[in-house]
Parts: sequence; structure tokens; C-alpha cells
Amino acid sequence: MSKFLMTSIGRKFLMSITGLFLVMFIGVHLTINLLLIVDNSGELFNQGAEFMATNPLIKIMEPILGLGFMIHIFWSFFLEYKNWKARPVKYAAKNMGASSSWASRNMLVLGALVLVFLVMHIIDFFWVIKFNPHTMPKTAEGLEDTYTLVASLFKESIVYGLFYILGGVLLGIHLSHGFWSAFQTLGLNNKNWLKRLQFVGKLYAIVIAVGFSIIPLYFMLGLYK
Amino acid sequence: MADKILKKLNIKVWRQNRASEKGKFENYTIENISTGSSFLEMMDILNNELIEKGIDPIAFDHDCREGICGTCSLYINGRPHGPDTEVTTCQLHMRKFKAGETITIEPWRARAFPVIKDLIVDRSAFDKILQAGGFVSVNTGGVPDANTIPVAYDDAEEAMDAAACIGCGACVAACKNSSAMLFVSAKVSHLAKLPQGRVEAKSRARNMIAKMDELGFGGCTNTGACEAECPKSISIVNIARLNREYLVARMSE
Ligand code: SF4
Ligand code: FES
Repeated sequence: MSKFLMTSIGRKFLMSITGLFLVMFIGVHLTINLLLIVDNSGELFNQGAEFMATNPLIKIMEPILGLGFMIHIFWSFFLEYKNWKARPVKYAAKNMGASSSWASRNMLVLGALVLVFLVMHIIDFFWVIKFNPHTMPKTAEGLEDTYTLVASLFKESIVYGLFYILGGVLLGIHLSHGFWSAFQTLGLNNKNWLKRLQFVGKLYAIVIAVGFSIIPLYFMLGLYK
Repeated sequence: MADKILKKLNIKVWRQNRASEKGKFENYTIENISTGSSFLEMMDILNNELIEKGIDPIAFDHDCREGICGTCSLYINGRPHGPDTEVTTCQLHMRKFKAGETITIEPWRARAFPVIKDLIVDRSAFDKILQAGGFVSVNTGGVPDANTIPVAYDDAEEAMDAAACIGCGACVAACKNSSAMLFVSAKVSHLAKLPQGRVEAKSRARNMIAKMDELGFGGCTNTGACEAECPKSISIVNIARLNREYLVARMSE
């Protein structure tokens, strides 16, 4: 098995599996987050957060998710390093844009930028919710008020909101290539499905980018009032 | 339409005496090139002039000059086989260029394709991959009668499309990872699609990929540059098939 993972296709197999897993996670994440703008009282979102924090299935998935992130991130550097080494002398004149999309050629750059965002994001929310719950705002009933934690950050600072929009857009661009690419690598593609998978991938990328962008926008524009 | 004349062209070309020596770019100018001439004819004219000046002519690969042998291999202005689609370098015409333009010509760049001289690279890595599994073994018996093994029309078509690969290596040259996946996938696909090729399908996928990795080609990240630059428009759908064949082969070990 470890030998398989070191082959060129094995390396990508691991990226695809973890990638698709993260694709599913991000869909769930966005669905819950959209409760932020569905219900201005924050009750629905708090319930969602509560569910995510206590549900046993989610509890099991949490470390697996962490592992998925780790593998996807660290493995990408190894994979790109291997690929980079396959061309010791570089071209003097390149016109790669004529044959491939920018996103497809810069998945590592996009991924690294998303990683920067991810680290900030974890410090902002996950860390507080998980390890410092006593510092969190409380609802009238004395329960942890995740809604206020999130909403107040977006209400307070425009820079913050813009940072989150940028994060969502970068992730969308990453997915615009990553989604269909994962299927291709797993061999789950043929001449009929190529265009369909690419279309669904683009659509998903747009949903993710727009979905994660409208949440900070909603608060920045004061639509919660 | 009468062909126009390109008054002057600047040619920036990679010169390298041998694999062990360092290479560098040289600049030459060439005048009065007809837009009707092919790129390689332009190179011939340039070489004639170089010889007259006592300069070593530029070495480049070519053979059939009609797009079927896959020997010609120039990376022109940042693209394998130059600024046209579905053509080899020998089919490229000078009408694709403007007078006064600087044309940069480089060899294919990949660890697995070392430069032999100037623009000629050693592509025997492709032969080694083929020797590792790009065949069907017919160990005994006479030639079977035609049509004794029925092949569905669609399968025959796909197999023939994949078999159109001329082994030029433009896919490797175009790929940011110097991956040979399009070439290998074409070779695996044209056999995998036919009943005669199914017998050795598993060992073929395994052995050809192992050889490809061993020779130092990069991995595929599905940018699709190979398909766009392939003179025979080999589809990346073949790469999905190769991935599938390989994964199935490894899983059933
Ligand atoms: S797949 Fe296309 S680009 Fe690659 S070697 Fe074959 S013909 Fe050339
Ligand atoms: S010389 Fe044969 S394909 Fe160009």
C-alpha cells in the first residue's frame, strides 16, 4: 500500500480521496453557515453549532476531517515538489495560458492561500469554540452564543469581512479545477461525463464562493437589522 | 491568395553542443521568408545561411514533414509545435508569424528527455515505456481470420482515436509537470479498448506506469495542456481510463 502511494498515480489518488472528502465537508459547513443569514435571531445557527458540537457522528468525523486536511495539505507539497523536479531546465518563453487554465496550473498557490485563510479562521472561531468556550458570548438562557461570536466579528470590521470573502473566492477557484480533477484521477470519468463533471465542478465552485461571500456581505451591508 | 513575404525575423534559438555541455540562447536574423513556407523550411534556409557563414547549423529532428511520424519537436514561442493547434512543427506555416517578430525556439524540456544537441532531445524514454507493456503477446498459432473477434463500433472508434498518437512528446513538453500521462494513456487505451488487449490489461497498466515513474516523468494534475497541444488531439478521457485501469490492477494485486 505504501508503495502504491509513492507511485505517480498513487500520490494523486490520495489527493483526490482527501479532496473529495473536503469537498463534502465544505458543503455541510456552508449549509450550516447559511443559517446565519436565514435567521436574524441567531437561534437556528446556534442550534446548528450545538448540533455540530455534540452529535456523536460529527465527533467521530472531527479527527478524520483534521487528518484529511493534514494529508491534503502536506501531500500537495510533496507531490508538487516531485512534479517540479521532472523539469530541471525550465523554458525561457512560456505560453501556458494558451493550453490550460490558470487555476489548474496554480492549485498549490491557491491551496496555500486558502491555508493562510484556514489558519486565521481556526484561530478566530474553532479555537475559541473548542478550547476557550468560557470567553464566548452567552445567550439569555446562558448558552454559548456562537451566532453573536460570528456576527459581531463581521459587523465590527470591514477588513475582516473582506478577508472572508477573499477566502471564499480563493476556495471557489481552487474547486473550479479540483472538483472534476478528483474524479478524473480516480478514473471516474469518460467521454460523456467529462463535460458534465467539469460543469458540476464549476457550479459547485460558484456556489461555494458566492455562498461564503454573502454571509460577511450580509452583515457588512447591515441587512440583519 | 499570394503568399506574403516576412521582411525580417529574429530567431532566438537554444544552442547546445552535447548533453554534457551547457547550452545557451543565440540570436540570428533571417530575411525575406515567404508566409507560405513551413517552419522547418525557414529553419533550412537559416541553416544554409549559417553554413555559408561557417557557423555550425542548428540541429533539429524531422523526418516525414507531413505530420505522421512524430519526429519533429520544437517548442516555439512558449508552445510545443508552435502557435497553431492540431499540427506538428513540420505542418506549421510561417503565416502564423509577423514580420519583425522574435521567435524563441527551445527543445522539449523534461528530465526524461535530455538534450542531445541543440533542439534534438532523446525521446527513447517513450520506447522504454512501450517496451514495458505497450504490446499484445501472440505466442503461437497462425493469423486468425478477420472478424472472428467482434469489436463494437464505438470501441473500435475510441481505440483508433487513441492509436492516432504519433509519440511526438508534445504532451510532455506542454505539461507543467513534464508528465507523460497522455502518451501512456493513448498507448494503454488503444489496446484496453480491444478484446485482444484485455488479456494483459492489468500487467500492462502496472508495468507502463512503473516505467514512466522510473524514467522521471512528473505526475498528471489534469491541467489539460497536453490535449490542447497534442497534434492528434488525443483526449484526456484516455487518462481517466489509464487511471482506472491502473487502480483496478493495483487493487486486485
Ligand atoms: S499524445 Fe499527442 S502530444 Fe503526446 S506523444 Fe502522442 S501525439 Fe504527441
Ligand atoms: S517530421 Fe514527421 S511529424 Fe513532423
